[in-house]
Amino acid sequence: MKYWLSFLSTIWLGLITHKLRSFLTILGVVIGVASVITLMSIGRGSEAKILSNIQSLGSNLITVRPGASVSFGGIRGGFGGARTLTMEDADAIAQQVADVTAVSPSNTSNLQLVVGSQNTNSQVNGVNPEYLGINNLKIASGALFSDNEYQSGSKVAVLGSSVAETLFPNSDPIGQQMRMGTIIVRVIGVLESKGASFNSSDDAIFIPLTAMQQTVALPRTPQGGHVVSSITLTVADSSQTQSVIDAITSLLRNRHLLAASANNDFNIQSVQEIAATLSETMGTLTLLLGAIAAISLLVGGIGVMNIMLVSVLERTREIGIRKALGARQRDIWSQFLIEAALLTFAGGIIGVIVGWGVAYIVARTGFLPTLVTADIVIMAVSVSIGIGLFFGFYPAWNASRLNPIEALRSE
Amino acid sequence: MIQLENITKVYPMGKRELTVLKGVNLNIKKGELVAIMGPSGSGKSTMLNLIGCLDKPTAGSYLLEDREVSRLSDSELAKIRGQKIGFIFQTFNLLSRLTALANVELGLTYAGGNDRKRAIEALAKVGLSERVNHRPIELSGGEQQRVSIARAIVKNPSLFLADEPTGQLDSHSGEEVISILTSLHAEHAITLVLVTHDMNIAKHCQRIIQLKDGEVIGEETL
Repeated sequence: MKYWLSFLSTIWLGLITHKLRSFLTILGVVIGVASVITLMSIGRGSEAKILSNIQSLGSNLITVRPGASVSFGGIRGGFGGARTLTMEDADAIAQQVADVTAVSPSNTSNLQLVVGSQNTNSQVNGVNPEYLGINNLKIASGALFSDNEYQSGSKVAVLGSSVAETLFPNSDPIGQQMRMGTIIVRVIGVLESKGASFNSSDDAIFIPLTAMQQTVALPRTPQGGHVVSSITLTVADSSQTQSVIDAITSLLRNRHLLAASANNDFNIQSVQEIAATLSETMGTLTLLLGAIAAISLLVGGIGVMNIMLVSVLERTREIGIRKALGARQRDIWSQFLIEAALLTFAGGIIGVIVGWGVAYIVARTGFLPTLVTADIVIMAVSVSIGIGLFFGFYPAWNASRLNPIEALRSE
Repeated sequence: MIQLENITKVYPMGKRELTVLKGVNLNIKKGELVAIMGPSGSGKSTMLNLIGCLDKPTAGSYLLEDREVSRLSDSELAKIRGQKIGFIFQTFNLLSRLTALANVELGLTYAGGNDRKRAIEALAKVGLSERVNHRPIELSGGEQQRVSIARAIVKNPSLFLADEPTGQLDSHSGEEVISILTSLHAEHAITLVLVTHDMNIAKHCQRIIQLKDGEVIGEETL
């Protein structure tokens, strides 16, 4: 213990005697660690933001769309014009697949909406009353259409928040009439805003699917089924997602009379799956950012090695004195190695503080979301110590190999 | 204490070899005060380095306290230096950025750990109680050499080796250093081997060994 205390005080003295030099030596490491922290926190922050946007869609959500699934770099595309999915499919899923809590078929059409002098083109979704719950949508004012209104095909509409603001800038939309395409509908509710995200419900309106079938001529399949553009459903627990997807797949293949060799004429996506894919993509991006920043860390490490070599040269006589006083090779190289590791460790700590600060400022200015996580900090600090050990090894080894007699003679 | 038998030391000098010691035989008893004299190039410093375990002989046997040390590994030699041998150099070899006290403590670092009290006592023994927190640059040459003596005695080594301890000092400081060394020898019965070419210094010793061209050419007991 005493030995180690004196050992550390020796090293500390060595470092503070050359304050400016020590600082310049670790500057490279500081900048490297700070950029690793900043860039990775931006990557992590963006990842978290995107994931939370997706999760807000409902983490137990599964969407079935018509058309063959096309594999495309891990993300499935393939919506399309295929008319293979029907309301009857939706009913079958609701009745026959276990663990499904709610199912809503939906049809989408872009229609002109007109109220007085205000008008806008908006996505009109024909849905059933369960749709809002499935998609985590909440009513801000008014009400959703009832089962009765759904069954009877009432011409009523629930508006997304931006649509409501556009069409009814100065008045309460509830109870007002609105022209939608060629028919008149009555507004019975307005949704809470979900904030900006892709395919936002804020810009859409929702009417009973039955009303949509009466007003917009919807095609039918050769078997007489009512074609829908998608079926959304939720499972009781997200862990059941895969089994439900499997059950729906076999159910729909049966219903669509697909031969064993034929591809699915529909594709199923879960929010979980999208989230996993995106998370993976963002993770790769974060790693890439970190790797770029790590290059500056490497340059910093070479700087440390350079200074350590000079320091060994400068302290040749000191090494000779220490050897004469009984220092073994191990004592000498551990002194220089710990000195290098302490230097870069200090650089790492300062770098973390600086990087954290920059990440905070970046997030504060609203430029990009950032997230400094413990694993990034731990990684950056341990890498900085590792750099000290790696780049300090050669100079330290050099020092320990010096011949004491020659070292003592040196000036 | 020290038994050198037929010690040879050869340094490779490019393609040729330089033989510095040619079969030296020497016995030094415990508690003896011995001076090694000789012209420059006679091999006296090399001999002191071998005795001090800073170097290994090319051939021959060296028994230090009845232990054969000429074939030990570097780290075993380092251990012997740390525990048994106190060096005093012509150029003092203090660390300039450390205080006198810290320099003395350095003498204990590799001998088993620091002990501030012992370091202060050692400085008191050489009369530097007032100079504990001075750096070498703030001390006179004689004082610096006394710090280095304190550094050597702080660990109570069994063997002191001094290489031209007064070589860089004026005659007054030199006398002072020598009187400290001789009184330490008298009080503690330490074994002290010093290399010098100054007869005035050598005459304080009990025995003078004359070295020339790598061979012992004479011995004189005073």
